[in-house]
Amino acid sequence: MLENAIYGSRRYWIWVFFLLSIIGAGMLAYLYQFKYGLGVTGMSRDVSWGLYIGQFTFLVGVAASGVMVVLPYYLHNYKKFARLTILGEFLAIAAVIMCMLFIFVDLGQPLRVLNVILHPTPNSVMFYDMLVLSGYLMLNLLIGWTVLSAERKEVAPPKWVKPIIYLSIAWAPSIHTVTAFLYAGIPGRHFWLTAILAARFLASAFAAGPSLLIILALIVRKYTKFDPGKEAIQSLGKIVTYCMLINVFFLGLELFTAFYSQIPGHMHSFVYLYAGLHGHNQLVPIMWVSSILAAIAVFMLVFPQIRKNESLLAVACIATFFSLWIDKGFGLVVGGFVPNPFERITEYWPTLPEAIITMAVWAIGFLVLTILYKIAISVKEEVVFDKYGERQIKAE
Amino acid sequence: MDRRKFLKIAGMSSLLGIGGFSVANTVRNDLEASQIKSNPAALTAKRWAMVVDMSKFKAPEDYQKCIDACHRVHNVPAGSDNPKHEIKWMWPDTYEHAFPGNEDEYLAEKVKDMPFLLLCNHCDNPPCVRVCPTKATFKRESDGIVMMDMHRCIGCRFCMAGCPYGARSFNYKDPRPHINESKQNREFPTRMKGVVEKCTLCYERLAKGLEPACVEAAKEVAVKKGTTPGLIFGDLEDPKSEVRKILSERFSIRRKPELGTGPSVYYVL
Repeated sequence: MLENAIYGSRRYWIWVFFLLSIIGAGMLAYLYQFKYGLGVTGMSRDVSWGLYIGQFTFLVGVAASGVMVVLPYYLHNYKKFARLTILGEFLAIAAVIMCMLFIFVDLGQPLRVLNVILHPTPNSVMFYDMLVLSGYLMLNLLIGWTVLSAERKEVAPPKWVKPIIYLSIAWAPSIHTVTAFLYAGIPGRHFWLTAILAARFLASAFAAGPSLLIILALIVRKYTKFDPGKEAIQSLGKIVTYCMLINVFFLGLELFTAFYSQIPGHMHSFVYLYAGLHGHNQLVPIMWVSSILAAIAVFMLVFPQIRKNESLLAVACIATFFSLWIDKGFGLVVGGFVPNPFERITEYWPTLPEAIITMAVWAIGFLVLTILYKIAISVKEEVVFDKYGERQIKAE
Repeated sequence: MDRRKFLKIAGMSSLLGIGGFSVANTVRNDLEASQIKSNPAALTAKRWAMVVDMSKFKAPEDYQKCIDACHRVHNVPAGSDNPKHEIKWMWPDTYEHAFPGNEDEYLAEKVKDMPFLLLCNHCDNPPCVRVCPTKATFKRESDGIVMMDMHRCIGCRFCMAGCPYGARSFNYKDPRPHINESKQNREFPTRMKGVVEKCTLCYERLAKGLEPACVEAAKEVAVKKGTTPGLIFGDLEDPKSEVRKILSERFSIRRKPELGTGPSVYYVL
C-alpha cells in the first residue's frame, strides 16, 4: 500500500514539498536551539513550559478524539462512520507523532530522553504518559493498517483485530486523562489543581478533534474522488456541538468556583488571562479571540439550520478548532505559571525560533497525515469505486 | 594449526580470561567499598533542617555573605544577560512574596521589609521528586536531603512546575561562560545547559564533616557582630539538636505548610 504515497498529482507534490520546506526551516531552528539551549525560547524560570508543552497537550486531545468515530462504528454499529474511521485513526497517528516530537523539542537534554525508560519511575505521571502515548500509537498503526489492507483485498478484516479495536476505544480517553494528570496533581498551581481538569480536557478534545476531522473530510471530498459521506459529517457536527457545549459548561464551572469562593489563588490566573493582572496583560487579546471564536462556534453549532449547511459547518469547525487551540495550546499552560509561586508575574511570549520549530512539528504531523491519507484514499478510491461506481456514495 | 595447539591456546586464554575477571572483580569490590565507606567525620542526621532566625537578618550585608558563599562553592553563575533565566540556590524576598496568602496590609513594617532568605525546603514529602520521570531528583533516605543528579536530568522541567516554592532553576543556556574562572570551585562540578539545579544542602560538605556553606558564612558574620548566627542547622528528629531547641522555644513559620509538603526550613521572627 505504501507505494500509493509516491504516486501523486502535481498538487500533491507541491503540498509535500511545501511541508518539507517548513520542516527544513524548523530543523535549522532546532539545531540553533540544540546548540544554544532552551534560552532561545520565550520560556523562563517562572514560566518553564510554553508553546511546546501547550501544543503537546492540545494534540493529545486531537489524538484521543479518533475514538469519537471509532466508538460509534464499532460499538454501536453506526455504519455511516465506516468510511470515516480510517481518517480518524490516521489523524490520531499523526497527532501522537506530533505529541512525541513536541515533548522531544521541549527537553533541555534531548539526548538523555531514554533515561525515562532506563530509569522507569512509576510515581511520575510522565512515565504513564509515555506508556499510554506509545501504546496508542501502536494500536492505531496496527488497527488502521490491518483494516485498510483487508479493505484493499476486499476481504473482511481479520477477527483478531476486533478485541484490539475495543482496547483502543478504552485506551483513547486514558491518554488524555493521563495528560491532564500531569497538571491536575501538582500542589501549589491553583489554575491546574482542579478535579475537573481531565473531564475538561476530554470535552475540549472531543470538540477540537472532530472539528478538525470535519475540515479534513471536506478537503478530502473536494480534492479526491473519495467521499467520507454527508451524513457522517453531519453526525460528527453533532458530536462537535455537544462536546463544545460541555466544554464551555466546564469552563463555566471553573469560573464559578474561582469567583464565587473569592479565593485569590483560584481567581488570579483567570484574571491574568482574561483581564490582566497588575498591569500585565499580554495574553488578554488572544484569550478574548479564543472566547469570541467559541461564542461564534457555539452559536453556529446549536442551530441545526446553520450546522446543516456544510460551508457554515466548516466555518463553525474552524472557529471551534482555533478557539480551543488558543485556550488549551497556550492559555492553559501559561496561565498555570502566572502568577508564580511568589505571586509575582513573569509574562511569556514565544520567540521566532520557537514559533518556527512549532510550525515545523505541525508540518511533520501534516506530512505524516498527508502520506497516510494519500494511502487510505488511494485504496478507498479503488475499492469504493469498483463497488459502487459513482462519485457521491449514498449512505446505506 | 593442529588440534593440540588449538586446545592449548583455548585453555590458556580461558584461564587468563577467568583470571582477568577475578582480578577486575577484586579491584571493583575495593572501589565500591571505598565509595560506600563514609568519612568518620561526616555530619549525619535523620532529617536535616534549617532555622532562619530573621532577627539576625536586617540589612543586605547580613545575608549577602550567606548567598555569596553558597553560590561560590557551587559554581552558580553570577548574573545573566537575561534575568528571566537567572539561576539561584539562595535568595532574599519580602514577607509578601515569601509567604503569599498571608500578606496583611497592617503587618508590622519591620516584618514587611524583612529579607527572608529562601532556598529549597528539602520537603519531607517533595512534589518535585514525585513528578520527576527519571529519579534525577530524589529524597535521600538517610537524611532527607532532596538531591539532584544533574547528569541524569533530561531537562523536562516537570519538577519546576511541581515545586510550589520556586526553588528550582533551569540552565536555559551554558552557564560556564558566566562563572568567574578565578573564583571557580574545582571540587564541585559546573553544570551544562539544559538541566535543572537547586540547593542540595551542601551534601558534599556534610560528607566531609563541614556545615553547609551558608551556615558557615552566617557563623562568621555572627562572630564579627558578636551575636548568635542567623542560620541554624541540625537534625529535626533529634530532640536535643539545636534546631529542635529553638523550635520548642520560639514561634516559627514555614512556607506553604498547607500543601502537605512538610518543608524543613523554618523561619523565626
